[in-house]
Amino acid sequence: MGRKLLTEHINVEGIDTFEVYRKHGGYRSVEKALKTMTPDEVVEEVKKSGLRGRGGAGFPTGMKWSFLAKPEGVPRYLVCNADESEPGTFKDRQLMSKLPHLLIEGMITSSYALGANTSYIYIRGELLYVLRILEKAIAEAYAAGFLGKNILGSGYDLDLYVHPGGGAYICGEETALLESLEGKRGNPRNKPPFPAVQGLYARPTVVNNVESIAAVPVIVNDGGDEYAKIGVGRSTGTKLISACGHLNKPGIYEIELGVPVEEFIYSDEYCGGIWKGRDLKAVVAGGSSVPILPKELILKTAAGEPRLMTYESLSDGGFVTGTMLGSGGFIAMDETTCIVRNTWNFSRFYHHESCGQCSPCREGTGWLEKILHRIEHGHGTERDIDVLASVAKQIEGNTICPLGEAAAWPVSAAIRHFRDEFEWHIRNPQEATRPGAVYPGKAVLV
Amino acid sequence: MESTTAPVKPQFSEAAKAEIDRICKQYPEERRKSAMLPVLHIAQAEFGGWVAPEVQDLVAEVLGVKPIEVYEVSTFYTMFNLKPVGKHVLEICRTGPCQLRGSDELTLELERITGAKVGGEPSADGLFTLKEVECLAACGFAPVVQVREKYYEQLDTEESVNAMLSELRNMVHRPALPWEEKGLPNAVANN
Repeated sequence: MGRKLLTEHINVEGIDTFEVYRKHGGYRSVEKALKTMTPDEVVEEVKKSGLRGRGGAGFPTGMKWSFLAKPEGVPRYLVCNADESEPGTFKDRQLMSKLPHLLIEGMITSSYALGANTSYIYIRGELLYVLRILEKAIAEAYAAGFLGKNILGSGYDLDLYVHPGGGAYICGEETALLESLEGKRGNPRNKPPFPAVQGLYARPTVVNNVESIAAVPVIVNDGGDEYAKIGVGRSTGTKLISACGHLNKPGIYEIELGVPVEEFIYSDEYCGGIWKGRDLKAVVAGGSSVPILPKELILKTAAGEPRLMTYESLSDGGFVTGTMLGSGGFIAMDETTCIVRNTWNFSRFYHHESCGQCSPCREGTGWLEKILHRIEHGHGTERDIDVLASVAKQIEGNTICPLGEAAAWPVSAAIRHFRDEFEWHIRNPQEATRPGAVYPGKAVLV
Repeated sequence: MESTTAPVKPQFSEAAKAEIDRICKQYPEERRKSAMLPVLHIAQAEFGGWVAPEVQDLVAEVLGVKPIEVYEVSTFYTMFNLKPVGKHVLEICRTGPCQLRGSDELTLELERITGAKVGGEPSADGLFTLKEVECLAACGFAPVVQVREKYYEQLDTEESVNAMLSELRNMVHRPALPWEEKGLPNAVANN
């Protein structure tokens, strides 16, 4: 059994209340940091831990914190990115609704480290019920003296607020999130300046994912070095994986980074294998934006080594034979899955969610969806696959924010690994569009 | 024939006004516009599940911004309904993981039972509006429908779908929102 650093007490009765959470060791990191450590010492521990951004980018959190500009007399902000809406990813919702105080504790300790006196949790609008849970927990933390003026007599003040979005995937991009928090459309900003210099209200701002912030109390309590001992190489600590699709036991699993993918899918401790006794066809390992891999490549790297659940092992071979850990949204597809249909579905998502600010994304995602729709519904032409690949290629690198890539990568990867299936759809439209039709062939391994 | 009475301008209830005041205090004073999304959510809950143009004008007035600043936000975010809806808005997740577990079939089933069409007018009895949405962050419990603040998960059997619909049909009033909990009349006014 792997160690559970975040979710150890997730099923304890009443753990969403201050009292029970405190009884199980809650808020110790706030006491330790505010009473015995300087803000810089807290940053140093996070650096030592090797913690990498859990929202998908995997950028070292401590390093991100050290970029924060600290001019005298200017407020700075910590904003928690709780706008989780990547298809396949649902860990933050569970974490916040069951362990609201863990996030709040992380927000206090992190805000102290960054010298922020006002912090916001930007939560996706659909999760209004989770917002209520968080607001109730925040009120408890204020009442206990862990928020507000002069916290625990340390002289440090912090106000913490929850802010709901309005249903827009793009607001998970950090600058779009800040625009949205300022009451505007969620259009990503041009960078530089980066948020660390000019973020919320043009003030220095750090934006971190829920899971990253929830890991900070553990790091402060046990020390960064202890945290860094868990995991493999530069993939330290534990990670929440949201497992869904055709699995026997979909759900949220906290794993120590380094668990073999095969074990994660098939062992009873985790997903318990593929449902209905079927065979695995493909996996999207890190949320819908990362490249899809056929069974053979997700279980083993190109060199034939067992593939591990780490940032490095999953991306081994780049996008030719690898993918990304991303946000940990693990979508398994069984042998009856239609890859064309699934790729079309993801493209529809990105077209729907493109903010429309830059043409390659606004128009490109539309074309991807249109062509995939055509192929899926039996009207594809021989040229379509190449046009698709070319449109995807032209979106990449030509947009203000990474939503363009997020839309393009799944399409490029689906063509790379499942080109035969696309061709079968185009050449056998009547057969392919029959309800329940299953492609009779196998994936081509690059 | 020309109407002789002026249209009634919508007004927030006292409870909603208090909630809006509380929310506006969360942002720097000169940044009142930050409260745009939370206030739009309150407005939608207060005025029948959608934000009519005059409701959006009211939001602009409350926040001290130009109406266009509200319109550009309300049309960008998918949670705000810009036309009247039924008593219950069923938001059916149609994204990849839900589709893998049968959301297409669920949508057809809900259309058949309620008589409403996805993206169209409410059902004839005014009870249900069907809306397909992108990812609700509940992929492990697919297929999923959200109704207001409640998630209905694993709707992959006839029983689970019927249980959801009968619960909604039997709901005389919508559940009170936190700022209405003192039993103010607006808690039921929209039903």
